[in-house]
Amino acid sequence: MTITVLAFGIAKEMIGGSTVMLQVREDIKVSDLRIVLEKQYPSLKDLTSVLIAVNNEYATAENRIREGDEIAIIPPVSGG
Amino acid sequence: MIEIKIEKETISVAECLQKAAVRECGGINLFVGTVRSHTNGKKVEALFFEAYEKMALKELRKIAEDSIKNWPVQTIVIRHRVGTLLVGDIPVVIAVGAAHRSAAFEACQYIIDTLKQTVPIWKKEIFRDGEVWVAAHP
Repeated sequence: MTITVLAFGIAKEMIGGSTVMLQVREDIKVSDLRIVLEKQYPSLKDLTSVLIAVNNEYATAENRIREGDEIAIIPPVSGG
Repeated sequence: MIEIKIEKETISVAECLQKAAVRECGGINLFVGTVRSHTNGKKVEALFFEAYEKMALKELRKIAEDSIKNWPVQTIVIRHRVGTLLVGDIPVVIAVGAAHRSAAFEACQYIIDTLKQTVPIWKKEIFRDGEVWVAAHP
């Protein structure tokens, strides 16, 4: 399936845009998506932390991603 | 009463105070974040704030709802700016109204501390000779 991943802050600079389309297997686990992302964008590994959000909620490693879900890369937050 | 907004224009502190002031309140605790001139001794030219707006609003609402569960507070107003801000500008305002001051103080501190940890908003420090996304690298 094709998924669109949103990126923010420094992650946007690392992937070279605010969104990236990825071809991944059906119902991929969040932990496996991380591996795909880190392989394609190795600089993500240099960050203090990278969280994945699915449909506007922080996801756990075991969460599965379905077609049409809104996926986002969340680098370390620094609001306030 | 909870009211949360991500703003592209100047935050009105007066409006936040006014919204937080209801008749049941004996006090309002107001936190105003400001852009400071230096980071680790280095002169800051500006800060750039970016938000994942939909999720930031959702996370801020969770924080506000937790506060109302944990402290006897009546009103919570949260505003966060996005875009480019200069030294002295206001990126964040939190106003908490309660019947008694201790709840207002504690809830307000909880809100700003948790906001900094969980809400998907990012800031980039802009110096004369470069830019740095805050907290991105160890």
